[in-house]
Amino acid sequence: MINPFEIRETIDMIDKENLDIRTITMGISLKSCAGPDINIVCDKVYDKITSYAKDLVKTGEDIEQQFGIPIINKRISVTPIASLVDALDHPNIYKCVKLAQTLDKAAKACGVNFIGGYTALVHKGFTNGERVLIDSIPEALASTDLVCSSVNIGSTKAGINMDAVALMGRVIKRAAELTKDTQGFACAKLVVFCNAVEDNPFMAGAFLGEGEGECVINVGVSGPGVVKCALEKVKGEDFSVVAETIKKTAFKITRMGQLVAMEASKRLKVPFGIVDLSLAPTPAVGDSVAYILEEMGLEQCGTHGTTAALALLNDAVKKGGVMASSSVGGLSGAFIPVSEDAGMIEAAKSGCLTLEKLEAMTCVCSVGLDMIVLPGNTTADTISAIIADEAAVGMVNTKTTAVRVIPAPGAEVGDIVEFGGLLGTGPVMPVHKESSAEFIARGGRIPAPLQALKN
Amino acid sequence: MKAIVTVVGEDKKGIIAKVSTALYENDINIQDISQTIMQNMFTMIMLIDFHSSSISVQEIADKLNMVAEEMGLSIHVQREEIFTSMHRI
Repeated sequence: MINPFEIRETIDMIDKENLDIRTITMGISLKSCAGPDINIVCDKVYDKITSYAKDLVKTGEDIEQQFGIPIINKRISVTPIASLVDALDHPNIYKCVKLAQTLDKAAKACGVNFIGGYTALVHKGFTNGERVLIDSIPEALASTDLVCSSVNIGSTKAGINMDAVALMGRVIKRAAELTKDTQGFACAKLVVFCNAVEDNPFMAGAFLGEGEGECVINVGVSGPGVVKCALEKVKGEDFSVVAETIKKTAFKITRMGQLVAMEASKRLKVPFGIVDLSLAPTPAVGDSVAYILEEMGLEQCGTHGTTAALALLNDAVKKGGVMASSSVGGLSGAFIPVSEDAGMIEAAKSGCLTLEKLEAMTCVCSVGLDMIVLPGNTTADTISAIIADEAAVGMVNTKTTAVRVIPAPGAEVGDIVEFGGLLGTGPVMPVHKESSAEFIARGGRIPAPLQALKN
Repeated sequence: MKAIVTVVGEDKKGIIAKVSTALYENDINIQDISQTIMQNMFTMIMLIDFHSSSISVQEIADKLNMVAEEMGLSIHVQREEIFTSMHRI
């Protein structure tokens, strides 16, 4: 029989340290739904999603009960919708929004928490459909509840599409304006990527990539609280001990993800894709990535040493997790969404954590500038420039980076914006006043970086 | 199919009796049992086998929750695989 101490350890991780499976995400290909007539396409999309995912939520709940491990979200990701828009006769914004509303309706019928894939991949250039889809994002997000959108504007191989960067600044501003009653909530469902991955189960950036199959189950694990509690037991030890402790803990967390993924795949008769080894925080106290960094010896997240601490954490999580799963993918690493992490919220409020430090942190961890609330008067050009900076980090370092910022209408530095649920509470963070308008107005493409002769 | 039952709470008379009665009434076999006092709390861990029972993990968890409420305990019922996958390579 298993050692009683091990059993207690597992139960304590779940009960006291917020170990959970963050999401089971079913990827569904919508390639078969493409066609010229919007009404037929919408019917096909609705029917396919509701038939493939009809048992997803029930299966997730059954696994949750039988194994006693919380599964916080059940989600769906689909083929980038821009590819359906391209196949339509005379694509326009109205037709795109209708597709978004169809996705929303299908997600609600299945009972899932989010549906991702209102997406366009434009890192090298736009097709007509992609341009229309991007123009429609503000209306699509404002008129739906569960639809998440993402746009890939750069990659290491293609460079950065600066026309798309400029466009996304305006799209984010308009999405915020259209949802000013909820302080720009639509922007929390929109992410701009460089080097987007095809099998990410996490929102808002989940979509089923071009190389993926018909239907797939991807799982995202969580558990910053577990790592923090493990580190409490090695106070004062050197960094090799810290790294070892994180690796062991990440291994255990990931094994849960692998078990749940295999079980869900078996029950739903859908192939298992990947486990995403991410430490995803929630606003709950004790479920924070910032607290892990502080446990390593930093007075507050954002101070000098934060980037080094995060680099160690991110690497150790991957090393520990990779052996625990038969297939690792997605974004895998530590997430730093400011409004979703109790420790980051405090650090941003006190001024210790700044946008510049967050940018540095994104060089060494998963994803990027995530869930950051900006003043309402931030210009579209400034947002585009923030996206360009972050995309440059991703492009040069051959990693995924992303920007999910909310220019909350009417909000000023020092204000606090409440989003509720997993999206948390965001203190409004300052941006530079100096203009980047002429830089953004240039347009064109920043060429792909040289991949050899690195020093 | 096997599951692990963990019972934690203040020590009192009849805990083992009530839990094992509920299992017996539902035709569930106890394969292993360990009981100790950890951090001043009564802690019991049972390995149970559903082989001959028609009841599901959820159903037995509901029945044991009634015992848990009655006696002021915390009872978990979880499929064995969650522990083996986490702690055994």
